[in-house]
Amino acid sequence: MRETTGERWGRRVVLTLLALFVLTPLYVMVTSAAKPLQDVQDSFTWWPSRPTAQAFVDMWSTVPLGRYLVNSLLVSSVAAVFSVTVAIFAAFAVSRYRFRGRGLFSVTVLSTQMFPGILFLLPLFLIYVNIGTATGIELYASRTGLIVTYLTFSLPFSIWMLVGYFDSIPRGLDEAAQVDGAGPLRTLFQVVLPAAVPGVVAVTVYAFMTAWGEVLFASVMTDESSRTLAVGLQGYSTQFNVYWNQIMAASLVVSVPVVAGFLVLQRYFVAGLTAGAVK
Amino acid sequence: MATPTRAPALTGAHPGDAAARPPAVRPRTRRRPLLPYLLLAPALVLELAIHVIPMFVGAFMSLQELTRFHLRDWSGAPFVGLDNFRDVLDVDGPAGAQLLHSFWVTVAYTIASVGLSWLLGTAAAVVLQRPFRGRAVLRALFLTPYALPVYTAVITWSFLLQRDTGLVNHVLVDQLGLLDERPFWLIGENSFVALLVVSVWRSWPFAFLCIMAGLQNIPTEMYEAAAIDGAGFWRRLRDVTLPMLRPVNLVLVLVLFLWTFNDFNTPYVLFGGSAPEAADLISIHIYRSSFETWDFGAGSAMSVALLLFLLAVTAVYLLITNRRGRSHA
Repeated sequence: MRETTGERWGRRVVLTLLALFVLTPLYVMVTSAAKPLQDVQDSFTWWPSRPTAQAFVDMWSTVPLGRYLVNSLLVSSVAAVFSVTVAIFAAFAVSRYRFRGRGLFSVTVLSTQMFPGILFLLPLFLIYVNIGTATGIELYASRTGLIVTYLTFSLPFSIWMLVGYFDSIPRGLDEAAQVDGAGPLRTLFQVVLPAAVPGVVAVTVYAFMTAWGEVLFASVMTDESSRTLAVGLQGYSTQFNVYWNQIMAASLVVSVPVVAGFLVLQRYFVAGLTAGAVK
Repeated sequence: MATPTRAPALTGAHPGDAAARPPAVRPRTRRRPLLPYLLLAPALVLELAIHVIPMFVGAFMSLQELTRFHLRDWSGAPFVGLDNFRDVLDVDGPAGAQLLHSFWVTVAYTIASVGLSWLLGTAAAVVLQRPFRGRAVLRALFLTPYALPVYTAVITWSFLLQRDTGLVNHVLVDQLGLLDERPFWLIGENSFVALLVVSVWRSWPFAFLCIMAGLQNIPTEMYEAAAIDGAGFWRRLRDVTLPMLRPVNLVLVLVLFLWTFNDFNTPYVLFGGSAPEAADLISIHIYRSSFETWDFGAGSAMSVALLLFLLAVTAVYLLITNRRGRSHA
């Protein structure tokens, strides 16, 4: 089946327009990060009058970016590790066992993903504050509270994606291990998990990205010491000045790792994510 | 994504398919009936603690008078029945009128954003269907907005949309001369359009990704057969591609609808916490009225009403699509 000339030109037009749409903000982010402050305070220019890395230096002192970065790294990685660990056990149960309530569990877990975040925000806020006053366990405005909250945000999709991966691993392997006398946990760790490494990595990246990008709860459940990047980056616009070049530089720095991770793992990530979304 | 070998079946298999899931009941599982529950327990406890219980607590809060005075002493908050609902849903009162306005803004925003995201996603997936040089690069580029943390993407857009220093006005006014005056994009009526563009930029890659996965399940023979019948591009799109994408599209549109309707991040970051009236989405409306007035009772009532509305829409959607699906079969 050959492509007609019309189709070829149609394809080129569509792809050019979409690429321009996607690229424009990315281009502005990169070039503006290399601009001196004067450039971003005047009318827009396509190219820095004098390319400089000054914004990448200044951005650390305008706001406590280092602290926000450490908070985000800590919260996101701990949440991701816990979320994936919990999801592995749950996915193994759903994939390998028939039990009463299996369908109900899947439906409930997945549907929580669809509920509006604002629905949980007010009650959780009140619950965290009250647990704090009643028991002294600080969940409100602490990194622990954020970690616990975020790990449940990625849990439903993580479980769903892992069930998809586990299902694709032949049960013959399990049975062979069981014949050799391996119990369920040994089967999971020595047979199923090694075969599902790409899926586990993809799910970890997904869980990390979910926590790294969360805004709603971060805006309410943090204070100055536990603030994450999602809220911290707004500190560059003060009453007197908006340091757009530093905002773009900081945005670039916090975006590059997750975008790179996503693009490197694209294949596994996309497969797992669509399996979760489409099934 | 080059034909993922270990990837789970993308669209063909349904969770309940007998073929996709050989019966897993074995003597071992019968001897350990507790094991699956133990494996599930951590996930279950977390889901209950952070999602299910707060949901019921939220429903309970919506029946309480929970103003600033009662927040510190929650147990002492009086029970007021449906008063909160009466206040926030009375479209003749000030709170109800604002909520109704916000509801219509959200409906318009959701329809436009989901429609455009689906359109762009389909267009990109269809033109990237056949291999050519540079296809992998374009695919990675198109997925980038989805991989970016939402706040950096939206902050960058808010820079583009600045009246005096932004790219958008520079191009429209200075370079193309389409407008005489520099319009404000982030306040006033234009803010709706600004919000919509940013939202589509963020969410169309997800549509692209799902449709791309769905296209891989269409056998090439179907296109060859259609081509032999003399079907051109549009005929093939209408008679092969779109019908084969139906299962993917049904889920995709529902997921996009729910995400977009509940969208908080885009307006919150774009407008810095205080959305202009023309772009006052429902999530940000509830957020602002809860934390400005500290009336958590009213805020919870609005949240519960939002949830009931979404459940009703989802139920009707599933009912209609299931019935249509069955009559087609």
